[in-house]
Amino acid sequence: MNTSPPQKRGLTAIDGAMALIVVLLMVQIWLLSATLESYLAGYRDAAAPGAIISFILFAACYALYRFIDRVDSEVRKG
Amino acid sequence: MNWFRKRSSTPLWRDEFSVYTADESYVTRRQFSKFLTLTSFGMMVGNLWILAKSLLHREAVYPRTAVAGLEEIPVGGVKIFNYPTSNDPCILVRIGADNYSAYSQKCTHLSCAVYYEREQNRLECPCHQGYFSIADGSVLQGPPQRPLPRVALEKQNGQLVAIRMEGESV
Repeated sequence: MNTSPPQKRGLTAIDGAMALIVVLLMVQIWLLSATLESYLAGYRDAAAPGAIISFILFAACYALYRFIDRVDSEVRKG
Repeated sequence: MNWFRKRSSTPLWRDEFSVYTADESYVTRRQFSKFLTLTSFGMMVGNLWILAKSLLHREAVYPRTAVAGLEEIPVGGVKIFNYPTSNDPCILVRIGADNYSAYSQKCTHLSCAVYYEREQNRLECPCHQGYFSIADGSVLQGPPQRPLPRVALEKQNGQLVAIRMEGESV
């Protein structure tokens, strides 16, 4: 594949952002399973903090996705 | 409102199926990121669902039910009864002359019926050898992770009366 330097830089940035999203997802999966386990065991105190942190993680994922979208659009414009 | 696509005059199909080879890496990465972000959204919805269920949860109201007479079963004897509903089997064990314990009979692993093993003085699940303490229902051995829910008992007019369940999971 013949990529120009700006495109290579763009791909590197996107790869980094994707790696971050994957890490955030792993944390979110753990959080969901821990909250569910706790809820099913009859402890309901963890539900609110779990939901708030999950929302923050989703917001971070969405921000990273928007970043990827922006880099993608800028690089393609040339 | 389309949150996952930038505003563009280019039609979606032209965006997703670029004629330039170099753009393909971007398209696949962007689509994969979109998939990951939607997965994250799904998990957030899951957490919100747990929160909603927690907020809407109501404390259970238990009936007062006479289980057995104080002298009805001998020391080391057992009586099976249903509490709080007719679909919830429980086991009452007379451990000593004036010492009674009652637990849900459903094993917390896969709901097999536990029984009282007199020689070992413990409750045993025959399906996967899960053992529970007769003193407090805690797990002694085996695959169960949670203790047996306990039936709180009260003595009233020569009868044992079940008043509530303790340690019951959702």
